[in-house]
Parts: sequence; C-alpha cells; structure tokens
Amino acid sequence: MSQDYPETKIDTESSTDKATDASSTRREFLAQSGKVAAAAGVASLLGNLGGWALSYAADKEPIKIGILHSLSGTMAISEVSLKDTVLMAVEEINASGGVMGRKIQPVVVDPASNWDLFAEKAKQLLLVDKVAVVFGCWTSVSRKSVLPVFEKNNGLLFYPVQYEGEECSHNVFYTGAAVNQQAIPAVEYLMSKEGGGHKKFYLLGTDYVYPRTTNKILRAMLLAKKVPAANIAEEYTPFHHQDYQTIVGKVKKFAAGGGACVVSTINGDSNVPFYKEFSNQGLRAEDAPIMAFSVAEDELRGMDTSALVGHLAAWNYYQSVDTPQNKKFVADFKAYCKKNNLPDGERRVTDDPIEAAYFGVHIWKQAVAKAGSIEVDKVRKAVYGSEFLAPGGKIKMDEANHHTNKPVLIGEILKDGQFKIVSRSKGLVKPEPWSEYTSPDKGCDWIKHQGTYQKK
Amino acid sequence: MAEPVVTVQGQRQAGEGLIFWLSGFVLLVGLPLLNVLPDPDSWLHVSDFALNRFGKFLCFAILALGLDLIWGYTGILSLGHGVFFGFGAYAIGMHLMLTIGTESVYGSALPDFMVWNQVKELPLFWKPFYSFGVALAGAVLVPTLFAFIFGFLAFRSRIKGVYFAIITQALALCAWLVFNRNETNLGGTNGLTDFKQILGFRLSEPGTQRALYILTVLFLGAAYAVCRWIIRSRAGRVLVAIRDSEQRVLFSGYSPANYKLFVFVVSAALAGLAGALYVPQVGIITPAQIGVLPSLEMVIWVAVGGRGTLVGAALGAVGVNWARSVLTNYFPELWPFFLGGLFIAVVLLFPDGLVGLFTRVREKWLASGLWVRKSPASSEHNG
Amino acid sequence: MKVALGIMLLGTASLLGAGQAIAAEGPRASTAAPPLSLIDRALADLSSGDQARQDAAANVLIEQGDSSLLPKLEEIRNNADRSVRLAIKPLMDLLKNRSNLASPDADRRRSAAADLGSSGRPVVMPWLEAALAGEPNRWVRYTLEESLALIRLASDDPDTKIKAAAKLGELRSSNAVPALKELLQQTGTDATDQQKALANAARAAIGQIDIWASWANAFETIFRGISLSSILLIMSLGLAIVFGLMGVINMAHGELMMIGAYATFVTQECFRAYFPAGLFDYYFIAAMPIAFCVVALCGLILEATVIRFLYGRPLETMLATWGVSLVLIQAARVYFGDLTSVVAPSWLSGGAQVMVGVYLPYNRIFIIVLSILCVAGIYFLLFRTGVGLRVRAVMQNRDMSSCLGIPTRKVDAYTFAFGSGLAGLAGCALTLIGNVEPGLGQNYIVDSFMVVVTGGVGKLMGTIVASLGIGGLNKFLEPSFGAVYGKVLILVLVILFLQRRPSGLFTIKGRHADA
Repeated sequence: MSQDYPETKIDTESSTDKATDASSTRREFLAQSGKVAAAAGVASLLGNLGGWALSYAADKEPIKIGILHSLSGTMAISEVSLKDTVLMAVEEINASGGVMGRKIQPVVVDPASNWDLFAEKAKQLLLVDKVAVVFGCWTSVSRKSVLPVFEKNNGLLFYPVQYEGEECSHNVFYTGAAVNQQAIPAVEYLMSKEGGGHKKFYLLGTDYVYPRTTNKILRAMLLAKKVPAANIAEEYTPFHHQDYQTIVGKVKKFAAGGGACVVSTINGDSNVPFYKEFSNQGLRAEDAPIMAFSVAEDELRGMDTSALVGHLAAWNYYQSVDTPQNKKFVADFKAYCKKNNLPDGERRVTDDPIEAAYFGVHIWKQAVAKAGSIEVDKVRKAVYGSEFLAPGGKIKMDEANHHTNKPVLIGEILKDGQFKIVSRSKGLVKPEPWSEYTSPDKGCDWIKHQGTYQKK
Repeated sequence: MAEPVVTVQGQRQAGEGLIFWLSGFVLLVGLPLLNVLPDPDSWLHVSDFALNRFGKFLCFAILALGLDLIWGYTGILSLGHGVFFGFGAYAIGMHLMLTIGTESVYGSALPDFMVWNQVKELPLFWKPFYSFGVALAGAVLVPTLFAFIFGFLAFRSRIKGVYFAIITQALALCAWLVFNRNETNLGGTNGLTDFKQILGFRLSEPGTQRALYILTVLFLGAAYAVCRWIIRSRAGRVLVAIRDSEQRVLFSGYSPANYKLFVFVVSAALAGLAGALYVPQVGIITPAQIGVLPSLEMVIWVAVGGRGTLVGAALGAVGVNWARSVLTNYFPELWPFFLGGLFIAVVLLFPDGLVGLFTRVREKWLASGLWVRKSPASSEHNG
Repeated sequence: MKVALGIMLLGTASLLGAGQAIAAEGPRASTAAPPLSLIDRALADLSSGDQARQDAAANVLIEQGDSSLLPKLEEIRNNADRSVRLAIKPLMDLLKNRSNLASPDADRRRSAAADLGSSGRPVVMPWLEAALAGEPNRWVRYTLEESLALIRLASDDPDTKIKAAAKLGELRSSNAVPALKELLQQTGTDATDQQKALANAARAAIGQIDIWASWANAFETIFRGISLSSILLIMSLGLAIVFGLMGVINMAHGELMMIGAYATFVTQECFRAYFPAGLFDYYFIAAMPIAFCVVALCGLILEATVIRFLYGRPLETMLATWGVSLVLIQAARVYFGDLTSVVAPSWLSGGAQVMVGVYLPYNRIFIIVLSILCVAGIYFLLFRTGVGLRVRAVMQNRDMSSCLGIPTRKVDAYTFAFGSGLAGLAGCALTLIGNVEPGLGQNYIVDSFMVVVTGGVGKLMGTIVASLGIGGLNKFLEPSFGAVYGKVLILVLVILFLQRRPSGLFTIKGRHADA
C-alpha cells in the first residue's frame, strides 16, 4: 500500500508551471524519506489498537475495503440494501478465514445521495483510508462523478447496477448488465411471437443518462429491425414526477388498435404513481404491457403490487431463480438481515443488483487469492476471465472488457412482489459496452487495446 | 424581537482588522505551507485532500458573505441562492468541459453528454465559452443580470417577506427542473464533470489545486473587504434601516427598492463567483447543487454563524460543511437530524448564531466581574 | 354457418345461465363438450412436431374445446419445446377468454371481449354474438360490438367491410383507426367502385372518430386539471388558514401530510392484522379521521414547542419549521425504513367510463369530492360557528380581538392544529395516487406554497381560485410544453401576476400596518 500517489502521468504541458514542478519533486523526496517513518508509524498505530490488533503480525493486518453507497437521502432506499449485501459477503469471507490469511475490514462511508459528496468520499477512501477496493455507486451520475478519482489514483471500483454502457474504464468492474444484456433482449422478447409480437413501442423514462442512452440504443435497434419511426414514441419525465395523468392519456391513445407496449426506464418513486394511473385509466397488461428495467423485488417490497401484476421486467437474476445456491443465498440474506436487526428483517428480499453486489465481492476475493496480492494491477489481471457460481447461476467476468457475462431473464410481476420467469437466454450473454446498433465501430478491450478502440 | 446585533461601531475596528489579517495569513500562507513542507505522515501535515476540501468550504464562505448581506443586513430572505451559485458554476464548468476536447470517453470534441444525447453540433450558447475570459465574466455577469431582472420585477412591486422567500424558492425549484432537463443541453442530472485542465494546468495535479485554493482565499478576502465596505458606507446603514422598518425608510425619502435591488445583485454576483471557484476544485457540478434543499442549507450556514456579522457568515459556512463532512463519516443516519436540529436551535435559542453567542457569553463574563476589566481595545486582543 | 351458430348460441346461453351461478372461474359445463376421444387425440397431436397436424389439432381444440382443457394444455406447454409453446399460447388465450366471456365480473368480460376482438380470428364471432345477446352491461356490450366490427372489418366480403367501417364510426372506436387507415392506404387510384365505397366509408368513420376523440381529449384535460387542482387545494387549505391567521408559512406542512399518509398506512396494517378480512376495504374510512386527529395533535405539539416562540417573525418561523421538516423526514426514514405503499380499497381502484374514450379514475373523483367537502366544512366552521367568529376576528385585527377578551393564543393554537389536521387528511388522500414515503411532502409542497401566495392572505376564496388556476393551467400547458416548461411558465406568470397584486388575489381590505 505504498503507492498512494502513482504519478505515472507526466504531463508536458504542466512543465511550464515551475511552482508545481518544484513542489511535486519536493513532495516525492519527502515521501521517500518518510517511508521509514511511515512504516514505524503504522506499526505503532496498530499497537495502539489494543489486544485485538496484537494477535496479528504486521502482514496479517486486515485488508481494508471501501463501501460507497448512499445511506441517507433519496437514493438510500435502493442503496442501503447493497451496503448490507456487501457487509454480508465480507462476513462470509471472514468466517471462512478471510483471504490470504487476512481478514477483511469494511470502511463504510455515506455520500448522502449527493453527487459531489460521492467524489469527495471516494477520494477519502482511496487517499485517507487507503482501501484496496471499493464496492459502490448506484446511479450513473454517481459513477461518473467518482470515475476521475478512481482513474487518477488507480483505485478499483466494483459497480453492481445495470447501466447504459458506452463506458469502459480500466478502474471499474461492471457486475451489472450492459444494455445488450437487459434492454435489448427485453425488446426482442416483446417483438417475438412468444412475447406478443408487439409492433409499437412507447419508450418512457426518467430524464437522466441511463434512460436516454438506453432509449437511444433501443431506437436504433428498432429502426434496424424495420419498425417504422411513427411506431416509436419517446418521453421523459423529471425525477420524482408524480402526476402521470397526461402521459398515461398519451399512452392510451398510442396503444389504441393494439400491438403496443411500454418500455419503462422510470426510476424510483415515480413508478407507483405511474402504474396506479395506468391501471386506473383502464389500461391492462394485455393492451400494453409495461417492460421495466428499474423495477426489482427490492422496490416491489412494500409497494402496492395490485396495479403491477402481469407487467414485465428484464433482469439477470430474480429471487425466484430455482437453484440450490440461490435458495441458500436468499435464506442467508434474510437471516443476516434478521440477525443484524435491519429494517424489515426477515421480510427482506434479494434482487438483481443485490446479487451483483454479492458476487462482486466474491470475484474480488477470488482474484486477490489468485494474485496473492491486493495491488490493483495484479488483482485486475486476475479478475479477467474468472468464474463464479453466483446465486443465479454461473457467471464469468469478461476476458478483456471489464464487464460480466450473465444470463438474461424476463419475468412477469406476481401479486406477492416476486417474478415468474417467462423467458430465459440460452447460456450467458456476452457484454457489449458499446452497442452494435449505435457504435458499431467501437469496441472495448484492455488486453489487445487501451480500452475503447476503433474497430477496423 | 431579537434582531441580530450589528457591529458597525468604530471601536472594534482595530481588533477586527487584526483578526482579519491574522486569519488571512493562516489561510493564505499557513495551510498551503503545511501542505507542502512537513513530512506527509506528521500530524502537522495538511494533506492535498484536506486542503482541497477546505478550499471547497471557503467557496461556500464567499457565497455566505453575499447571503448575509441580503438576509442578515437587509432582512430579505432569499431561498434561491443556489441558482446564482449554479449559474457561476455552470459558466466555468462549460468552459472546462470544452477544454477537455478529445480526451473524453467518446473521443469527440463535443462534451460527452451531448454525444449520448445525440446532439450533433455544439449549441450556439456554448460557443462563447471556448474563451476563458468570457466564461469568467459570464460566471459573475449571468447571475448578476438574472438577479437584476428578477429583483427588479420583485422589488418594484414590493414583493417582500414571506412572499419573496416563496417566490425565490419556486425559482430554485424551476431552475432545478430546467437544469435537470437534458434538452437544456447542460448535462442533465449528471451535470458537468470529468474536467481535465484549466488554462493548460492539469486539474489532477496537487499544485493546480493548491493554486486554486490560494486563489479562493484571495477572493474570499476581497469579497470580505467589499462587503465590509458596503455595510460601513451610507448605503449599508440604509440597508439595515430597511430591515428594521422599510416603511420609515420609504417615508424618509429613500427608495428601498433600489437599495434592495443593489444588494440582491451584489449577493448574486458573489454567489456566482463562489460557484466559479467551486467547480475546478470539486470537479463536478450537478443540478443537485442548485435546488431547493441546497439553497435552504445556504441560509442555515449564515444563521448558524451569526447573521448580521460577516465573519459569522463565513465561519458558519465552513463550520456547517465541515461538520457535515465529519458527521456523514461516522453517523450517516444522524446528519439530517443534526441539520434540522441546528435550524431549530439556531432560530429558537441563539438567533445571533455562534458569533452572537460568543459575544453574549463574553459580555456576561465581563459584566460578572470575573474578568479584570481592561480597556476595550486590549480586551479585543485577548479575546 | 347458421346451424353452427345456433348450436353455439344454445350452448353459450346455457353456459351463461349456469355461469352466473358458478364461481368466477367460469363454466365447467360439460353440456357442449364433444366426445372426449376427439379432444384427446388433438391434444396428443399438439406436441407431435408435425406442423400440419398441430394446426389441425389446434383448430379442433379451438372449435370444440373449453376452459376445462386449460390445465392439460398448461401441462403440455410446460414440457414442450419453443415451437409447441408458441402454438399453444394463442390457443390457451382463446379458450381462457371464451370462458371469461361468461364471468360474473363485468371488467373481466370486457377484457375477454377486447382480447378476442384483437385476436382477429373469425371463429370467435359466434362466441361474441352469443355473449352480446345476453349482456346487461353497457360498456361490455360496447366492447363486444367493437370487437365484432373489428373482425368483420378484416373479412374478405366488401359489403361486410363497409358495414363494419360504418359501425366502427358510429361506435367512435379509436381502436379501429389503424385498421381503417390501412384500408384507406390500400385503395389505389385504380380502385373499383366497391373499393371506393369502402374507402369512403373508412374515411367517414375516421372523421367521426377523430372529432369524437378531440372532444374526449378536451374533456379529459379538463378533468385532469380539476383533479390536480383538487390535490393542490386540499394540500393548501390548511396552509392557507394558518398563513391567513398567523402570517406564518409552515414549511413542515408537507411533512405533516407525510405523517397523515403514514397514519393511513398504519391503520391499514392494523386492519390487516386485527380485523376480519371482510372489513379490510373499509379501513380507508377509518383512516381519514385517524389521520386528521393524529396530525392535528402533531400540529398542536409543533405549535406549543416551536411556533409560539416565534410569533411575529415569519421568516424565522419558516426556517425553524424547515428544520422540523428535515427531522421528521429522517425520522420517518429511520422508523419506516423503506418504500411503503397503501393498497387502495377496491371501491377506489379502477375507474368509471363516462363516455366512449373517457375514463375517470375513482381515486381522483374521490379526491375532488373530498376537497369540496373540506372547503364546505371550513366555510361552515368559519362562518356558522362561534369558534369561527373568533378566528375571523383575530384574523382581521388581532389586538382589538385581544382587547375584547378573545384568547388569541388559544385561537392560534387551535387553528394551527386544525390546519395541520387538514394536512393529515390531504396526506391520507395522497396515498391513493402515490407512494407512502418519507419525501412524500416534498413533491407538491412548493406548488402549494405558490397557491397560498398567489391566493393571498386571509381569504379562502383566493386559495380556491389560485389552486384551480395553477392546477388547470398546468394541465392545459403540459401537453404542449411538457411537464417542466409548463411549471416554469407558471412561475413566470405568477411573478408577473404578483406585479399587479403584490399580496395575492384576494386581500382583506382595511388598514394594515406594515408588519
């Protein structure tokens, strides 16, 4: 952990700035001369931590990992569950002896749903707490705001939520779905005979980067599949939009004559008013099914699901997936929530981001064990191509593009807030950070290329 | 009515001046030196991270000075200062965005969010921001102009008190909605981020950040001086008079609307300046920073520090934000309770804020005779 | 054809007779079931893998089967490969819908009719006609007719088509517009007379439908405006009363609404836990007074602990109450933890169709009625009771009232509690359209501040007119400007409006010292 400031990027432009240069060389000098003192300092600090720390030799000190999820503010509703999941995975790993004989010690910070605070807290985790890896972020904007921090300080972030793609950072592993692992198969399903052979698509979302980019790709794909432009409608509402009367009216008009469906990227608390208005204005799942990408079990818990029954969602995992390891995972999670007196205790449910957060920790642990080190560069290499038997089935980290090969499942919402799986991809779907429909010329590869590259 | 005490008397001038220069020296020279000189692991060392964070707080202090001018001295509560802050921040942010050039994720000369928004050509209103000078001027002039128009309409028709507060709050809500809109072409919810350089200096270099910090301190000093000059001038007394009784000011032959407009515009300009300094240091500006809630939080900085005193406002801004940084680390669940409690406590228990509390305590102490009474000037030195 | 129809009619008629008595699952009726062997053979053929045999089997099953086959089909489907699954799905849908045509639930009958119509299979026509003959409900009948006409429109016989087009025009069926437009496009320049007649019929029908649709749209827009206005009104009433009396804007008003919503939620949970299931639907009736009382109590406490110390300092009151709101939001988040939601009672979910294409949700109608009742109640309290007289006296001249022996402090406290109670009621009503979550109050609150400020001090009429104006304008602007710019435009209009009337629409006339 001596590498807190890897100043590998030497910039020619700033060499004109004498003051900067002078100070940075002085800094380096000081840093070097201080290393001995640093080692001594760390040792003495550890000594002060009391008898607990004494049982570890210096190299047996716990590995620090960071958890960067909002615990307060508007995003807390979704993100708290992920924090709990990561803590549970850490507990599991520690119970089985840790990794490389060292325990894992989580450092939890709260960016409070404030995007600027995300950047600040990420800096703090990497520079002050010097964590080996960070598990965190939910919204795209939070990821975008911490990205420069991770890239500059060569940190490592595991990002567990489905997202809009068009990104391929050396310092992030994306364990959620890329667009081609969720949205595109979902719309293909809607177009298929099995899914109802829909011909008209109402793309409705909250106005931010994920819906915008996803819908951009979906539109390109629909046009490529010869759906006339007149049969595609696109509409965005602000965050926390509550009054869906006018929009549902528009959907109703659009759906007249049949063959229409709604592709919803509506986020968070706008969902309930939307679905309620939808059913109260007399629209049924048979007239126009709503395919949602942001409604999972955790959001449905506690919602009034009566208006949602029969509508669809696309994910890579559901709590209802029928595998032995998933049964254990669900039971463990409920037991963990109950044991730690978390809100709702045993009534907690698992869902896609929770699963992705969970196996992210395990993938990292595997990689550390394989690399025999917690250095980011070594761990990164060990992650490539690694496999893990996740609760939803075996997943595989991609060989080169930092994303995850996952199965795609389409589910129908049931009365109890669970999903009935109605369609399932054959095998794992390979992630494409750059969609073939909008950026056919771009690819992402950190082995043969430097990240994003132009295909010939 | 417990209106805040105003210190306009000359007798404290000497002490205040000394404190001003002393704290100025610590901020301007002391902290950067501690950042550079001592060994990184010593207790004295101020890390880049800490210095950078402190720079952010000082930006807020500039804004707080302006807010104090209008609320503490003139008695007009504006719940929309986040908007002016946002204007300044976005102006500089737009320039920084354009200087990224092809270093961005998409490798396009356009800002990233325009690529995913399918904007093919740079919108016209972005073009002037290629120039740093225009951006800097815009950071101050856009909020100034906006405040002028808004204030002109509001004050001319004598909208005041609760009405003005609500209208400015609605303004903050609208600005938040508009900035969040992707059609506005200002980055939507994601705002502007991923900046690389300013005037050729890499933003990721500690040296650049240090320079920005020093610049912030200098501007804070300048802002303080300007505000002080305003409140000591004749106009400043009219402002206080407006706060205490607008009717009488009106009957005395002054036009309160013009004074109010003037001070509103000045405070908006300071907010814009704060935003402009904030962006390169923090590296991101999003609409979340300009909505209803952040605008209200700005008011609490001033209230906590002590309205009606410039030092109080600045101290409040730094203090509350520092507390936020610390508290969200250790007790994330408690932060809203703390902030809410602070609001209630400040309004109910010590309406003059920390500075007022300090003054009151000291006066009590002096009056109780426990303190050997010296001449007022020397007691200032000791306090 | 006719013979078959007659048989079907008889069969379905008897089914209907039996079906009314039997459970919602539909008829088990073995009366119309053909010999089992035929069906069994067809079932076996379904998974044969041979396309022709599959199709034949499907036809046999559609014509002769009934819903008693569904479990068997489901079983076959679960074990079959994709192509068989695809073949069975429409078959199952048809059979299910056919049995649903006899369901005692009108909504279900209607859904079935609509689905059968959009299936486009002529084979369903006799079923629909049979159902039409015995259908009592107007809107189910409408859908049956619409479905029949849609299928006829797709037939090969031009005369039938022309009649169907005319019928659809009469029905003002917007569902038919895509099909009719397609007909128009197919008609080239070298069309025969018959085709031209058909095109004319289609054109006429589209014209009829369009005119109707624009009327329906106007009607719906007005309803939406009124609905939004009623929500704003019910939220602003309490706020306006307190503002009128004490000159105080209570920034925690939204959070008082949130408490009301949570009170509703807790009431619901109690009903679920301690009362028989049959009573569950009535929890909402109990929740309204409970929410009112709980929140009124909260208001009383808030007044006694915070607001009374800030008398005469409206700006400070705003800030302090905002602090209260922060604390309340976080408290709710810590205690209730997560997204919770209230299940609307069954008598408030769904909607009423008042005319073709216009569907009015019950929950919105309920809120409109509730807000009208609230206004009426407040008028009664203020103008017909002794307490109201005192409140009005304090509102007009606090000092004089005090001199005359009115306990102004008490009046303040009670009025504040009453205003808070109204917020609780509003929160209770809001659960019908949205979530119950800690941030519930924040969503509309700035709008309701605007309503109060625009309405002016001390006059309820101002609040009513302002909420109607802002709500109506919002819905009027939204279709053309979008939700965001609509709101921005309204703010601009409000500022310009305050230019002319700095203290709102209605003000109390008289001498007022500049506070």
